[in-house]
Amino acid sequence: MQKEYIHIVLADDDEDDRLFFTDAFSELKMSTKVQTYNDGVALMDYLNQEDAILPNVLFLDLNMPRKSGIECLQEIKSNSKFDNIAIAIYSTSSSEEHIEETFVLGANIYIKKPNDFNALKKVLSDVITINWQYHTSGLNKENFLLRM
Amino acid sequence: MKAFLKFDFTILTKKFLEEKLSSFGLKYTITGFGEVEFLENIPDEKIEEITSLLNEYGIEIIENQKTVLVQKIKDTIIEMVFKEDAPNVKASVYLAEKLNHSYGYLSNLFSEVTYASIENFIILQKIEYAKQLIVNDKLSLTEIAFKLNYSSVAHLSTQFKNTTGITPSQFQRIIAKRREIANTK
Repeated sequence: MQKEYIHIVLADDDEDDRLFFTDAFSELKMSTKVQTYNDGVALMDYLNQEDAILPNVLFLDLNMPRKSGIECLQEIKSNSKFDNIAIAIYSTSSSEEHIEETFVLGANIYIKKPNDFNALKKVLSDVITINWQYHTSGLNKENFLLRM
Repeated sequence: MKAFLKFDFTILTKKFLEEKLSSFGLKYTITGFGEVEFLENIPDEKIEEITSLLNEYGIEIIENQKTVLVQKIKDTIIEMVFKEDAPNVKASVYLAEKLNHSYGYLSNLFSEVTYASIENFIILQKIEYAKQLIVNDKLSLTEIAFKLNYSSVAHLSTQFKNTTGITPSQFQRIIAKRREIANTK
């Protein structure tokens, strides 16, 4: 009984990044369903809907208008309804301070956006595989920290 | 006050199953981790009842044979990694012997179903165990490296960093800060 789809959501204000992201997933061999939002407000509106299908993994850009990735992260972490979502920060910054701060706030994964498409595919496939192991092998999600 | 708990999943799951299955008044034996044999035929309604009860607790009855074997591979690896008195043989030899299939077959099947290799899964489990030891038992890296059969601390640190992208001490710091924040709430 394999679960049919891995649900993925991305919030990113950059149109090109969103496009690369969905393209990368469509070329991977895993069955995924990808939804994207342009900013933090749109994302939270979706997640807070009563009948929303919550993603297995949520990718958050840090710099977005209206509501930043950090604000979304804090909101999500303070609501136990979202406990099962693995949160991946998807950012251009690679400052150590930034990275540690997001982990402390509850992010599970930190990805520095790769500049070429093949690297992006590799990173996303690795993230989904490892996350899947956490999901299916009874690993402790509290200890799930991954930096790519 | 806050307490941190450590679980033995083998005992926990066994006790839990015994409790729940006995409540249905069925004859059964638990033949292994994640394996139950019912000693009589069970009517379909009853199976449905059991399935939905177990589902509530995050337990699924697996029907697909491939998935069953993959689950057995995982269970065997977890047992090898987490048990103190685990046999000191290569995982490939141990898996093949215990599950009665060639390692080549097991390895292909595992990648096909999980998209990850057995080797990666073993490393992931070892690092998970190391994390647990860092967080709950406050063991030093030297002690952990010894316990998990690493040839040196450097080897453990490198594998930790390669698997998680962060160093063991960064990991320790982040978890400690998270707990600090949780305690002030």
